[in-house]
This record gives sequence, C-alpha cells and structure tokens, in this order.
Amino acid sequence: MAQSNATKVLLDPLVDNNPIALQVLGICSALAVTTKMETSLVMSVAVIAVTAFSNLAVSAIRHYIPSSIRMIVQMTVIASLVIVVDQVLKAYLFDISKQLSVFVGLIITNCIVMGRAEGFAMKNGTWLSFLDGLGNGLGYGLVLMFVAFFRELFGSGSLFGVTLLELDRNGGWYNPNNLMLLPPSAFFLIGFMIWMIRLFKPEQIEEA
Amino acid sequence: MQQRDSVGYAIGVATVLCVVCSLAVSAAAVALRPLQEANKKLDQQKNILDATGLAIGEYGKPANELSREQIDELYSWISEKLVDLDTGEYNTELDIDKYDPREAADKEPTSVAIEDPAFDPGVDRREKVATVYFVRRKGEGPVRQVVLPVYGKGLWSTLYGYLALKSDLETIQGLTFYSHGETPGLGGEVDNPSWKAQWVGRKLYDDNGTPAAQVFKGPAPPENAYAVDGLSGATITSRGVTNLLRYWASDDGYGPFLSKLEQELNDQSATTESAGE
Repeated sequence: MAQSNATKVLLDPLVDNNPIALQVLGICSALAVTTKMETSLVMSVAVIAVTAFSNLAVSAIRHYIPSSIRMIVQMTVIASLVIVVDQVLKAYLFDISKQLSVFVGLIITNCIVMGRAEGFAMKNGTWLSFLDGLGNGLGYGLVLMFVAFFRELFGSGSLFGVTLLELDRNGGWYNPNNLMLLPPSAFFLIGFMIWMIRLFKPEQIEEA
Repeated sequence: MQQRDSVGYAIGVATVLCVVCSLAVSAAAVALRPLQEANKKLDQQKNILDATGLAIGEYGKPANELSREQIDELYSWISEKLVDLDTGEYNTELDIDKYDPREAADKEPTSVAIEDPAFDPGVDRREKVATVYFVRRKGEGPVRQVVLPVYGKGLWSTLYGYLALKSDLETIQGLTFYSHGETPGLGGEVDNPSWKAQWVGRKLYDDNGTPAAQVFKGPAPPENAYAVDGLSGATITSRGVTNLLRYWASDDGYGPFLSKLEQELNDQSATTESAGE
C-alpha cells in the first residue's frame, strides 16, 4: 500500500466523497445537534472516534467473522463503542452530554458507521480502515460544523456561545431567525452545501 | 470457508465477541461511575444555587461560572429534608442520601397517580415523598428561602426545575429548569437569564390562596403581580410552565407542606423574638 493511497483514504471523504454531501448518509443527527457549534464539535469528535475505532476493530477481526452473522457482529462492536463514548462524555463533559442527550446513543444507528464497517473495513487492512473511519468521521464533522456555524450565528447570534450579534431580546439590535433553530433549516443548509460542492465538482452530479 | 459458515463456529464467535464487548462496556461504566455521580450532584447543586439567587447575590455570576470551592461553600448554606407530600410532614424514615425522587416517581409503591388535578402538570404520576431544600444565611439562623423541586410537561419534554420561595412562602425568589428538551431558541428560552430574572418577586398565590403565578401570553402587564412575559413562539411551553407551577403550588403538590411550614416559621420567629434577637 503506497503512501498516496493512505492519504487518499483519509482525505477523500472530506469533500470528494463526503458521507453526507455525496452519499447523503447520517442526515438525522446532522439536523438534530447542529443548533450550536459546541455540541456539534463534541458530536463530531464522538462520531470520529466511533467510526475510526469500529473500523479498526471490525477490520482486525474480519477474517474470523462468519458471513452469516457479520452485520450483527459489526453492530455489536459499534454499539459497545458508542456506549463507552457516551459514558466518557457523561463523566468528563457533563453539560454537553446533557444537551446531546439521546443523540450520542443514536450514533449506533448512524448509517455512516455501519456503512464504513461493512463497505470498507471488511475488505481492507486495519491501518487503512482506521484512516478511512477517521476520514469519514472528519467528513461528517466538517458538514456538522458548517451547518452549525450558520445556525448558531443567525439563530442565536453567537459562535461557540460567544455573542457576536447582540439579540434584541437582550437589548441588542439583532432579531434572530427562528427558522435556523428548527431542524428544517439544516436541510436547507445541507442542500445549499451540496449545491456548492457540485458546482465546483460537476462529476458528483448524478445522472437524472 | 466451509468451517467459517458452520453454525457452531458462528455461535462461538458471537459468544466470544459478546463477552469481550460486555467486559469493555461494564469496565467503562464502573470506572466512570463515581465521576458521573459527582457531575450529576454538582449540576443539581448549581441549579439550586441559581434558583435561590445565591450565586448571583454573593459572587455576581451564575453558578456555572463559579469554582468548585465556591459552590461547595455556598451549598453548605443549604440543608435538605424529605417531605411527605400528602400530609406535609417531614419524612425521617427514608435515607436522604440514597433517596432519588425521580426514580421514586417512576415506580408503583413510591408514587401516586395524578388524577383530576385542579391544574394539570401533564405527567401521570408523582412521587409520594419529595426532597425540599432550606436556605439559611451562612447555614445558620432563620430560614430565608425554601426550594421546591417542580416538574411538568412542556411541548416535547418534561421540564424539571427548582422553584425557590422567600420565607413568606408566597413570593417567588427564582425558578430554574435543569433538564428539558424544548426547542432551542423558542421553548428552550426557559433557560434565558433575563426571562428567569422576571420571576424574582412574583407572587405564587393570589389573595384567596389559589395558585396564580403564570406565564402571560405576550408581554405581562406591569401591574400584574403574578405574571411574567410569555415566551414568543412557545405557547405550549409557556402554558406548561404555568400549569406545573400551579400544580405544585396547589394542595395536590406542596400545599399541605407549605401550610405546615408557614406555621413552623411563625413559631420559629416568635421564639427568636422572645429570645431577644
């Protein structure tokens, strides 16, 4: 395996093969946790950790997994990792884990994780699989941060909780856009983002 | 390949995997438990301090920005007691350190069904025994405030919070919610400090002793001593907050306890006066 291959595996999912933008996977949590940058960041890190390590684990045992129960095996590995991540968040980042509530647990059902375990880790070596998980997690995180940037800025007038646009209800001038705080706004933002990416990378456009 | 597809092999792999995974999960859960419990407790203490206004009053900032020592210091002013909600008497049989009201509210023998309440909190059951908190200045002297845990349904979720009352037991000192799943920016504005600040000094009961505190629809008229501004775009959350406050203030909630406590506080101030203070 050449060096370029490893880099490609890591960097491809960021833009060229982004799990959300191109494959349109994992949309659910992208809508739910992106009202604030802070929660999105923690969510992204959690997903990166889970995809990377589940890929690593699945790849490490791929020669021993009977094909008849391979999905269940992957699911068990993923679920265990998610529970561990959830426990760690509750212990060290209590406030944020409170805000993320069920969505950490729902990483289990995030199609990206399962998709990468089944689609990549079952066929590739541990190191490459780890990088692939890392890359896909990063690609997911990138979209989350992008969406959260606009939602927090225009919905709450702040970034990472630091007020930039003083809200009128607190005596400032900015009247926040409440749509940004509701899940559908993430749909619009992701839609715009996919449009932008495909404007510059026309090869991503599917045949109608 | 033949061997990898046999049933026995599949069961073997599944068993080994399950054992390994469950070991990892339980190790994480057990190792992190003390930290999680401490966090939960600290979070609860911060919320009680915010409801009482002690953090702002003493240090000029919300409890979230205080150091661990400052929180411990302030929280030492607060004492906890268990109260039997139906009778209003103190409960001394249960171990206060182990008792969890939220867990009790879920279980059959330790909770009662809420049937036909005068004000509907939107939840089906409540615990029989609740924890209440008393605030004394530096932990000594007369009771300055009493803090009551309250909860009820908003739009999406059950809101859990603390209601702090001044020692006249009818003026609100503060209201905070420590757990809810309302829409951020709309119903979630129950966390907004300037909205919460409006509660300070509102009256919980009207002249007839009926619970009257409410979240107004629209801006509250200044002459109304019971109301705070409605949360715009969050009619149902606003109504939920009104209902849960009134429910817990009514005789279905803390009513019996508050009338007993009023008696107790009167006796207490009578003795302190006769003692020449």
